[in-house]
Amino acid sequence: MATAETRRLTAPDRLRRSLSNGRVSAALILLPPALILFTLFVMLPLGESVWYSFFSWNGYGTPTDYVGLENYQRIAGHSVFHTAVGNTLKIVAISILLQMPLALLLALLIYRKTPTNAVFRLIFFVPYILAEVAAGLIWSFVFDGNYGVTASIAQSLGTESFFILADRDWAFVAVMTVIVWKYFGFHMMIYIAALQSVPEDLIEAARIEGAKRRQIVRYVQIPHIKPAIIVSAFFAIIGALQVFDIIIPLTNGGPSNQTHTIVTYLYTFGLTRLNIGFGSAVGVILFIAAITVAVFYQRFFMQRGQA
Amino acid sequence: MRHSVATLALLAGTALAGTAAAQTEISILRVAVNDEQEQYYEEIAQAFEAEHEGVDVNFEYIANEAYKSKLPTLLQSDARPDVFYSWGGETLRQQSEAGFLKDISDLLPDGFRETMPEAALNAYSVDGTLYGLPLYATEVVLWVNTNLTEEAGVDVDAIETWEDFLGAVQTLKDAGVTPIVAGGQDKWPLHFYWSYLALREGGPDVVTQAMGGEGDGFEAEAFIEAGREFQKLTEMEPFQDGFMGTTYETSSGMFADGAGAFYLMGDWDYLPMRERSTDGGLSDEELRIISFPTIADPVTEGGDGATLGGINGWAVSSTAEPEAVEFLAFMLNEENQRQAASQEIFIPVAKGTSDALQNPFYRQVAEHIEASSYHQIFLDQFLGASVGATVNDVSADLAQGAITPEDGAAQVQEAWDFR
Repeated sequence: MATAETRRLTAPDRLRRSLSNGRVSAALILLPPALILFTLFVMLPLGESVWYSFFSWNGYGTPTDYVGLENYQRIAGHSVFHTAVGNTLKIVAISILLQMPLALLLALLIYRKTPTNAVFRLIFFVPYILAEVAAGLIWSFVFDGNYGVTASIAQSLGTESFFILADRDWAFVAVMTVIVWKYFGFHMMIYIAALQSVPEDLIEAARIEGAKRRQIVRYVQIPHIKPAIIVSAFFAIIGALQVFDIIIPLTNGGPSNQTHTIVTYLYTFGLTRLNIGFGSAVGVILFIAAITVAVFYQRFFMQRGQA
Repeated sequence: MRHSVATLALLAGTALAGTAAAQTEISILRVAVNDEQEQYYEEIAQAFEAEHEGVDVNFEYIANEAYKSKLPTLLQSDARPDVFYSWGGETLRQQSEAGFLKDISDLLPDGFRETMPEAALNAYSVDGTLYGLPLYATEVVLWVNTNLTEEAGVDVDAIETWEDFLGAVQTLKDAGVTPIVAGGQDKWPLHFYWSYLALREGGPDVVTQAMGGEGDGFEAEAFIEAGREFQKLTEMEPFQDGFMGTTYETSSGMFADGAGAFYLMGDWDYLPMRERSTDGGLSDEELRIISFPTIADPVTEGGDGATLGGINGWAVSSTAEPEAVEFLAFMLNEENQRQAASQEIFIPVAKGTSDALQNPFYRQVAEHIEASSYHQIFLDQFLGASVGATVNDVSADLAQGAITPEDGAAQVQEAWDFR
């Protein structure tokens, strides 16, 4: 009996047991597809990018011209890259300081389930449904000072037309306007869903205690939807790192490379110029930035039980 | 791949008791063109197939920007085309250095070389080896809307030097006419100014010398001086309002709609500008073309007679069958070049075929190119994708006064060092 007890703890036996309860076979059957796909389409290209980033390579043949860290040095010293990083940070700031409060305000106004609110919700959500490229093109017509909406406005006001997308200082303001317009509906929807799950009796109780509307929002509703706010801020930051398809039709990074984000910078200076090594280096930097943001954000804001 | 297709076809042929012959397939990749031009190539392909049994010629078309970014990948795959569209220049050199191109010198029919001008063949050679053939030539000229110049009292015939041109711009401004239309958002329309001024300042060899690292390279006095002259123009604010937000397509329609008096653009825009206009555009009588102005006291003499433009053509990939080269020579023979000229599809490059041109503007451009002392290929093509784009960036920045001519020249040199 005693020998049987000890034998049960030996390794082959444990293996046999886990085999018989199906855990190992489940892992063996279910893991490979995901693992292979992830390795093939994420890890491998990532490793290749790191490898290419040490070469000066125009995409023809195999990379041979090893330049060490020179690509990274060039990126670090490139003023357009500094602008691109600055612009990306500006998008983060505008998303958090303007877009999210705006989305929250609207969500508070229309979160209750009534037919009118449903209509408004749809209206506010439409920009988010639109394809980015289409939205960019539409806005490029709006901002067009020759034939666009801007031209008609200037004409009816009797002033000279203005060309915001052609202005080095103001073009990015226009881009940020479009980004806020495009994505506030998405954040609003997150808040609406969260607000609807705030228990009605809590709000009722606060009201009976004499709390005003503003106080209810401040002390009952916002604390309750804090996890939703944290998640939406996370999407806003990661989204800011990825902005690309709105800018390309709107300004294509111009005028004189003033409106690039990190991704349009990668595309313009890496891909269209066939500096594959240089572009890979930008990609590696972007990847590190995204990973850092994700890890730190999870670590400090999205702890267990909060989101 | 091609072998196995041929083998398969052969097997199929035997299986069908020899009813099918082995097929040689020639695939050709071209930047997208309009229907009329597709028709032109289709007819050539059919004529060739009729003469060569068992040969199948396939044209495929990809839009301009997509073509440029897809080509490197395509060339490295099994789906690479046998013959593909090319702008020559540094890109052709990079393709040849990577071993993607075929030396076609010995594969051409006897006497074919002699039908093409030497300069055009040089554009498709790398270090003396011929990797492709030219199709047509283009030139960047100054288009003039004579309604507006007459209205402002500008004598177009009197514009010879850059100073004359600046004077004309001032006269137009004083008369309340927008002097120049430009598509600044796309940047390359602005790089024509910088390139032409560099050619005029530094003479015909200015670019090749800089590429060879002679003297100060792209930081040589001629390039800096070109930037200064360009900024003399841009400081007068000669372009339409918001020109940095205007694309090439929009600017072309604007010029045809009479939005400005001058427009620096290639001859190819003659028909497209009318198609893009809202009211049919300018008639032949309202249009003129003149050569880019000369510089009175250039850094190096000799650049007055140079022209800027393109010699577009075809490159042959390393795995192409001899039939592909045979077809290429057929496509570019005198008869087909004449046909294109009479249809006004392009200005043919083969010797003595430009007399088939009927259109007075095309004839004039053809004469310019023939008389040219040196035909410089667009710098944004000639210097390769990366340095070329930098030249475009620099031109746009100079036009807005965002950088100094010295900065601009230094940026181009830096891009060249690290291409």
